[in-house]
Amino acid sequence: MSRLDVNRRGFLTASGLVGGGLMLQMTLPRPALANELPIMVGSKPLNPYVSITSDGQITIYSSIPEMGQGINTSLPMIIAEELGARWEDVSVVVAETDAARYGLQGAGGSTSLAQNYQKMREMGASAREMMLSAAAEFLEVRRDELEVRESTVVHSSGESLTFGQLAAAAVRQPIPDPEQLSFRDPRTYTLIGKRIGAVDNVAISTGDAKFGIDVEIPGMKYASYTRCPRRGGTVQRFNEAEIRSLPGVLDAFIVEPDTRAGISAYFVNGLPELQGGVAIVGDDTWSVFRAKQKLKIEWDESNASSDSWQDLIEFARQTGPEAGGKVLKDDGGVDAALLDPANRTAEGLYQCAFVAHLCMEPMNCTVDYRVGKDGESDRMEIWMPSQYPFQVQELAKNMLGMPPEKIRVHSTRMGGAFGRRAIHDFAAEAIMISKISGVPVKLTWTREDDIHNDYFRAASFQYMKGAVSSDGRLTALDQHYVGVSHNGKAPTGSKLFGREFTLTGLDNSRVRHSYKDIITACGNWRAPSSNTNAFVEQSFIHELAVVADRDHVEFLIELMGERRWLDPGNRSALNTGRAIDCIERAAAEAGWGRDMPPDTALGLAFYFCHQGHVAQVAEVTVDEQRRFRVNKVTVAVDVGPIINMSGALGQVQGSIIDGLSAMAMQKITVEGGVIQEDNLDDYPVLRIASAPDVDVHFIQSDNPPTGLGEPALPPLAPAVTNAIFKVTGERIRTLPLSDEGYQLV
Amino acid sequence: MSSYTLKINKQTFQIDAEPDTPLLWVLRDRLQLTGTKFGCGIAQCGACTVHLNGVPIRSCVTPVSSVSGEVTTIEGLSSGSGLHPLQQAWVEHDVPQCGYCQAGQIMTAAALLADNASPSDDDIDRALAGNFCRCGTYIRIREAVHTAATYYNAAAEGSL
Repeated sequence: MSRLDVNRRGFLTASGLVGGGLMLQMTLPRPALANELPIMVGSKPLNPYVSITSDGQITIYSSIPEMGQGINTSLPMIIAEELGARWEDVSVVVAETDAARYGLQGAGGSTSLAQNYQKMREMGASAREMMLSAAAEFLEVRRDELEVRESTVVHSSGESLTFGQLAAAAVRQPIPDPEQLSFRDPRTYTLIGKRIGAVDNVAISTGDAKFGIDVEIPGMKYASYTRCPRRGGTVQRFNEAEIRSLPGVLDAFIVEPDTRAGISAYFVNGLPELQGGVAIVGDDTWSVFRAKQKLKIEWDESNASSDSWQDLIEFARQTGPEAGGKVLKDDGGVDAALLDPANRTAEGLYQCAFVAHLCMEPMNCTVDYRVGKDGESDRMEIWMPSQYPFQVQELAKNMLGMPPEKIRVHSTRMGGAFGRRAIHDFAAEAIMISKISGVPVKLTWTREDDIHNDYFRAASFQYMKGAVSSDGRLTALDQHYVGVSHNGKAPTGSKLFGREFTLTGLDNSRVRHSYKDIITACGNWRAPSSNTNAFVEQSFIHELAVVADRDHVEFLIELMGERRWLDPGNRSALNTGRAIDCIERAAAEAGWGRDMPPDTALGLAFYFCHQGHVAQVAEVTVDEQRRFRVNKVTVAVDVGPIINMSGALGQVQGSIIDGLSAMAMQKITVEGGVIQEDNLDDYPVLRIASAPDVDVHFIQSDNPPTGLGEPALPPLAPAVTNAIFKVTGERIRTLPLSDEGYQLV
Repeated sequence: MSSYTLKINKQTFQIDAEPDTPLLWVLRDRLQLTGTKFGCGIAQCGACTVHLNGVPIRSCVTPVSSVSGEVTTIEGLSSGSGLHPLQQAWVEHDVPQCGYCQAGQIMTAAALLADNASPSDDDIDRALAGNFCRCGTYIRIREAVHTAATYYNAAAEGSL
């Protein structure tokens, strides 16, 4: 038995010992329209994820943070399917943050589904076996004469017992051996693959859903926090007396920066996560926001950011295509192929701007810090909308030396995350504000705080050179990535890996990188690295197809070569066969090659990331004034079997709209260390009128299901710019397109 | 600090507040009507949309001292115990992702349907131009508004 299996067995066994009623945190409405609270008192769970009461109510616990990816629905669906539950009988309840009970409760990198799929199947199958055992005992029949359907155990004689009738007996059954569990034949699925509405929809549509910003606890006060406009600056003094005299203000004080607050276990960003600043505590949010406007702070800017977007562009220019940079990969032969007069070549400098996350819900965190009495150590309770809420325990340990068992963490629904809520600077601030002020506080960031203190998508530059042979085949690729780093470390999303498919299948490829240290914070932004690298790679492949005078679809499929896993033995790697299937399907569905009016064209791109294969064809119309409209995007996706068809489709639609919004108009600039954009009045975003039609085709291969929060975003930008090239003859190598004078309509 | 009488969702509330306090923060922090969301604070994202005498307004820039008349928030949109036609359509079309902007989207759409029971795509796009959705649920928002419109019209004809 492998180590993993031992853990699974231990997990199931331990779970049978834990009583119910421990974990109700936030209730979600049932999938139907009923709004009753699940009855938990007196019920006993079959395992950490499933509890059934004698009235037939089935409660399934959702243990992964919800940010809009639909995980509260998709994971419980898998359990319900294996259990044989009727979906109408299921209530989904958000589980407490409890590593011993639920394992890793984080959401990022589109991994939640892949990492939990098998566990969810086992939890559902295990609970089903316990219902069957109970029914066999009750009816005094053989197990193999029983089957489960629609929350009922049915005997071959026609006699049946409902889950509710069996609930009390089921919890007394032995925990099934995970090795012996059987799983349903996918052909008999009644839930998986269907369109199931998110379990939270009623609560959201009626305003009942509670996000982090909606948390209210007894005695709670409200806080704002103001950091130096130049990141890294610290407070010398501020107009404390004036601020304290303002209406609704209870307290105002300086918080010192803390370099220990950075979390290193998951994301290396090389930056301290607690910036120095001034905290204001008051009676309501408005009082502390208004007082924030009246702050007069003298900053010590001796270590503050002097970053400049113009300097960064200059650095990229000076770094140049020819020399320098650290070599990440070099097959040799690149220079010879580029110089060979028989070959045709293309080259260009690509540029991608910083982009903000702009989660709809501004960063916030609620903390109740309690000083220990009578020699007891301090403790705290935290409510946070976070992708990795458990990590706040590590943060508090680093900052305060507080042991994890003294910290109770409540994970709330997130109003968007996109990678931003993997970093917990807002929690570090709220912890210190509650600790210093001595009261429970809810810290809310203004939108300006949110933009100025974001961990942006890293800006990057890439020099691309390539050669195609006289018979039109790609023979060489030379890529020089010029990016940003923090204290010598490339933050997530600020690198090439050297194993991109174009570089793996070629004989002559070279990748170099050069970095410039900056203080402007960068981090995970939906499909980190892929969201910019896809633009560069897939645009440049189109450039080479044009130079080679080849059809783009044909050229791209030829690059894939024979059908194979690109990294042999690694089923998380790109599979060229699946890639080809996606490209062919998207092209066919979009009507590749059909006649178009002169102002309209189809552009193609493919990208593989987060185990997802996605091809897109964008139909784009461009007018004389460089106004462009994306009429339609046709998408072929292979992420294995789809769990929730409605959720999956929504993720693809959303990724395309989000990708279009970012590539068309979003850009953060920094000068003199100060972020130049403040709010939505100077940081435009895509509005409803510009949303294209999206036509999605899922190729449900027999691979295990994987996530869809990210992989449908990266191909969008190059699909659009490749289409624009076909209309205008202008190659766009800069994101956003507004920098090139193009306007999305 | 002044005293204000507010009519919200057919209930009357007496609150003390600084005159410049935006209605948004009165709703959220004083009355615990947290369905109305804070997004930008400058009337650009639409998350804070409520109705004042049936007209959609941005509560984040509406001082409480200027509020005169009936305020309706997402919590009061449905007059009965069931869902409002728009809420029903939102559920049927599985519109929300993160869900944070949706109360504002629904409130804006409700004002549109009150004026125009059969809006075109262009009408919907114009009405909802000020409501930002970072998750990109616009396609389903449009579909759901059309569906809700059919419910409005069916109700008007007495068949619902």
